[in-house]
Amino acid sequence: MEHLFNIFVKSIFVDNLIFSTFLGMCSYLAVSKTVKTATGLGIAVVFVLTITVPVNYLLENYILKQGALSWIDSSFKDVDLSFLSFIMFIAVIASMVQLVEMIIEKYSPTLYNQLGIFLPLIAVNCAILGGSLFMQQKQFNTISEATVYGFGSGIGWLFAIITLAAIREKLTYSNIPAPLKGLGITFIVTGLMALAFMGFMGIKL
Amino acid sequence: MKNKEPVFSKNNLKLITNPLSKDNPITVQVLGICSALAVTVQIKPAVIMTFSVMFVLALSNVLISFLRKTIPSRIRIIVQLIIVASLVIIVNELLKAYFFDVSKQLSVFVGLIITNCIIMGRLEAFALTNKPWLAFLDGIGNALGYGIILIIVSFFRELLGAGTIWGFHVIPECFYQAGYENNGLMILPPMALITIGVIIWIQRSKNKNLIEEK
Repeated sequence: MEHLFNIFVKSIFVDNLIFSTFLGMCSYLAVSKTVKTATGLGIAVVFVLTITVPVNYLLENYILKQGALSWIDSSFKDVDLSFLSFIMFIAVIASMVQLVEMIIEKYSPTLYNQLGIFLPLIAVNCAILGGSLFMQQKQFNTISEATVYGFGSGIGWLFAIITLAAIREKLTYSNIPAPLKGLGITFIVTGLMALAFMGFMGIKL
Repeated sequence: MKNKEPVFSKNNLKLITNPLSKDNPITVQVLGICSALAVTVQIKPAVIMTFSVMFVLALSNVLISFLRKTIPSRIRIIVQLIIVASLVIIVNELLKAYFFDVSKQLSVFVGLIITNCIIMGRLEAFALTNKPWLAFLDGIGNALGYGIILIIVSFFRELLGAGTIWGFHVIPECFYQAGYENNGLMILPPMALITIGVIIWIQRSKNKNLIEEK
């Protein structure tokens, strides 16, 4: 339990998807103009990451990895399909997003109205594919570790986009040199936030 | 084809030159930032990344442009993703075979070319409505525009952060003896963001048309 909590805290603060690996930067910059839309996209990212990371974990460990197919027959133990992982992961993500969209539409129309426009965008958000690829690199032992990692990374992303959106709302009232307005100052603000987040480096519970 | 354009007409060349400055994918269109920041600690991975993106972007642009009339628009995202993912697998295997150390350094960012917004953005905005040759030029041009920013950022980060360029020491020993030290901060992620911020600032103060209203 403590171990899982450690992964959770680490994926939010130390390995934050935005501040330490810059994943999902495009939508992070494009959708952070107001706190409300930023929250919508952030929640959608948490949702999809929590689902796709464990699904891809199962795929990786029971189909793609070298020797992963030995549960069918021991003669498969030399088969290594890991070169297919990119195409499999992206297919899983795209179809999961579609599925999640359909399920939400059916059972929770209010949530669907909030997340609706963001869900299709998410299939091509690098944070989602990045979450799965980092999961593959970190080689977790159990599916619960992978799930906690996916959830934690999503929360970290949500946290980052809400903070940036709040700062940008304030920035509209400040006097910024004209060429730096908009994109330029956003980059510098994100850089300063990343500097602050580096203070968490090396934390271990 | 009544009025056939020459292969390198002025309009076609614009597809290559525009993305280099006033229509730059990173600083103006805001596409493909993720990888631009993460691979710029040194020049070598940045250059290799540029070539990988160029390969994937040019080929996927051409392929999608050939298929543009046959792909049903409802499932076009999936088709695009599959084509791009297959090309990225080729690139990844090639890098593993010939540039193993760089491929280790780039780690997951080769795979992330799939969801690099430059690729999807150009496929959606250009390849779906244009002829293959134009799409090819557009791919090359945008990859070059992406590469230029990558190389500028990695040049400064490597020079100030490690005192090297392409792995060779360029800052003379006497500087270090006089008390100069490499700025370790430049190697860390936050400085990539700030460097790009400064590049945007310089570019926009030169070209007033790009200044945002708000």
